[in-house]
Amino acid sequence: MPSLSWLPVETEWKAKLDAARGEGGLSRLAQLARSRIDFVQTMQIDRRLAALGAEGVPDDLVTMGLAVLGSSTVDQLLPALRVAALRRRIWLNIHVTPFGQYAQELHDPSSELSRFAPDAVLFVHDAPHLFGSQTLTTREEADEVLESIERRLRVLWRVARDRFGCQVIQQTVMPTALPLMGNNEHRLAGSNLRLIQAFNYRLRQAAADDGADLVAIDDRVGIDGLDAWHDPVLWHRAKQEISPSAAPVYGDLVLRVIAARCGQSAKCLVLDLDNTLWGGVIGDDGLEGIAIGQGSALGEAFLDVQNYAASLARRGIILAVCSKNDEANALEPFEKHPDMVLKRDDIACFVANWDDKAANLRHIARSLDIGLESLVFVDDNPFERNIVRRELPMVNVPELPDDPALYARCLADGGYFEALGITDEDVERTQLYRMRERQGAAREQATDMAGYLESLSMKMSWKPFDQIGFQRIVQLINKTNQFNLTTQRYTEAQVVDLMADPSVITCQVRLADDFGDHGMIAILVGRINDESELDISDWLMSCRVLGRGVEEACLNLLVERAATYGATALKGTFKPTAKNLMVADLFRKLGFEMIGANGGEANWRLPLEGYVAKSTFIESTRPA
Amino acid sequence: MMTEEEIYKRLNTIYRDIFDDEPISLTSETTADDIAGWDSFNHINIVVATEVAFGVKFKSAEIEGLKNVGDFVRLIQKSYA
Repeated sequence: MPSLSWLPVETEWKAKLDAARGEGGLSRLAQLARSRIDFVQTMQIDRRLAALGAEGVPDDLVTMGLAVLGSSTVDQLLPALRVAALRRRIWLNIHVTPFGQYAQELHDPSSELSRFAPDAVLFVHDAPHLFGSQTLTTREEADEVLESIERRLRVLWRVARDRFGCQVIQQTVMPTALPLMGNNEHRLAGSNLRLIQAFNYRLRQAAADDGADLVAIDDRVGIDGLDAWHDPVLWHRAKQEISPSAAPVYGDLVLRVIAARCGQSAKCLVLDLDNTLWGGVIGDDGLEGIAIGQGSALGEAFLDVQNYAASLARRGIILAVCSKNDEANALEPFEKHPDMVLKRDDIACFVANWDDKAANLRHIARSLDIGLESLVFVDDNPFERNIVRRELPMVNVPELPDDPALYARCLADGGYFEALGITDEDVERTQLYRMRERQGAAREQATDMAGYLESLSMKMSWKPFDQIGFQRIVQLINKTNQFNLTTQRYTEAQVVDLMADPSVITCQVRLADDFGDHGMIAILVGRINDESELDISDWLMSCRVLGRGVEEACLNLLVERAATYGATALKGTFKPTAKNLMVADLFRKLGFEMIGANGGEANWRLPLEGYVAKSTFIESTRPA
Repeated sequence: MMTEEEIYKRLNTIYRDIFDDEPISLTSETTADDIAGWDSFNHINIVVATEVAFGVKFKSAEIEGLKNVGDFVRLIQKSYA
């Protein structure tokens, strides 16, 4: 079944649909319209929408009139057209001409269609209507038929444009005819299947000549399969050429073309880096450790992503980077990795820092002087995708599948960059925008991070090191480079020694939230010293969970463990490396006092007396 | 194998969604006359939504012959088997 696979699944469908009856109903419906809805859910949204429309069209939407002129039943498609419009902040009024009368309606100045005065006209022609059921035998006959049908359609387009000055949209013909010969059907000049294919080919040229815009339903059928779009049972029963279950995707295809004509297509592709443009984490895995390029299936999958982005850039899409990384680390592959397709010069706006991504996207839009609705934000991490959806609902955020091999496909399926023509200027665009990028844009509106974190139901659990977690503990200790205060490496035997030492406190920390279980995300090791202080020898964390209050929750945990052992203070050391500068200031931020410094190394202390537990949105649980 | 009760439960959800009518409670005797909006258009929507939900495909003749919801449930059972 064709699916809006690039949109996220709404898990609280019923509650949110019910809430849409109340205040702010329209924006709630728009949010639901941006989820992976099937045709029944589409009808549900459409019904609520109609109820809102009865009280007057909301003024924050652009109103448009679409006339659907079809030779088959189209009623099953209308809710999906209106809901796809809502997805793009368009209020769509639809006029459907009575069955089989579209030509009369079009020509008659007193028809309802004339009174409706559409902004766009959509012609929906099915193959039986255009070609009948004859089988022609000679190529000349076939060409004649194709010519005459093309002439007929061109007349329709011209009349529509002359009478209404509107956008003219023609759906290509769905290849529903059955083959008469088989693989070499094209040798039977007049077979209906060949006629359809030949006609769809001609349509491309004709539409380009006459300024009509196509909805390439034949291409989409090539992707999803004919059975997904067309059900002969429904055709005979109700003359529905397109099955209701395909309606949501159909509606989106049509509205892409309408929105593109209004200049609403996205302009800028904003890319995350780690595990989006390459496999692995550059800050931890290093230049040699990331997966990009030929030689591994994973590396090739990410190569595909980069190639697709590069191709989009060549046809005028601006590229930007939005990554949680130290900038120097983030730039390194672009400058030094031989297999990178994308180079620094391809990126019009490069943002790598540890701020929240919603704030960074605001910054990117402002720097490039484009609207937030022009951005498509691609990130493998559901946490980042959702905070952006929550904070900036106008930004397009494709719901990437788990496998990077499918990232580019997902981006293409979303149709964010729908274009109706290409100009020379498009091709030069990235260069143009780089010049326009303004540094030091004013501080953007703050992100409601607290509200988002609170909504995640984060749960942190910890245990002392044990055999079950052993392998992962050793791996984290030896792999983590960025959030790692001392970057002390241990062999397996040394970890075993730590576990056996009664004066050593060890914690393996896990985090789970609405997105699922993140597994082990932090390691804490401390030793009770002779002054009854807990000396933190190791504190390392996965950067994936940074900025959610896990740091504070870990401190609370350390304080609590230290108190259990009768300690009076925490002591910490920061040892600088090439990669861990992000935590240089961690102890200060957490309220420690610096008690000594030697070179870049700094020693910190936090007395336990009077310590007030840091407030977080994380529920911490002790071991059972 | 799905019990008749389970089929009614899932079918009820489909009908409620399609007709936006929370109180709908299907019985074997329910017909199109009992539910406002159950016209030929929505009949197709019911059939397609049911096919998707149960992962089945009905034959043209089978759909034609349905007299009430009881018939429909028996058809689902048969197709599902």
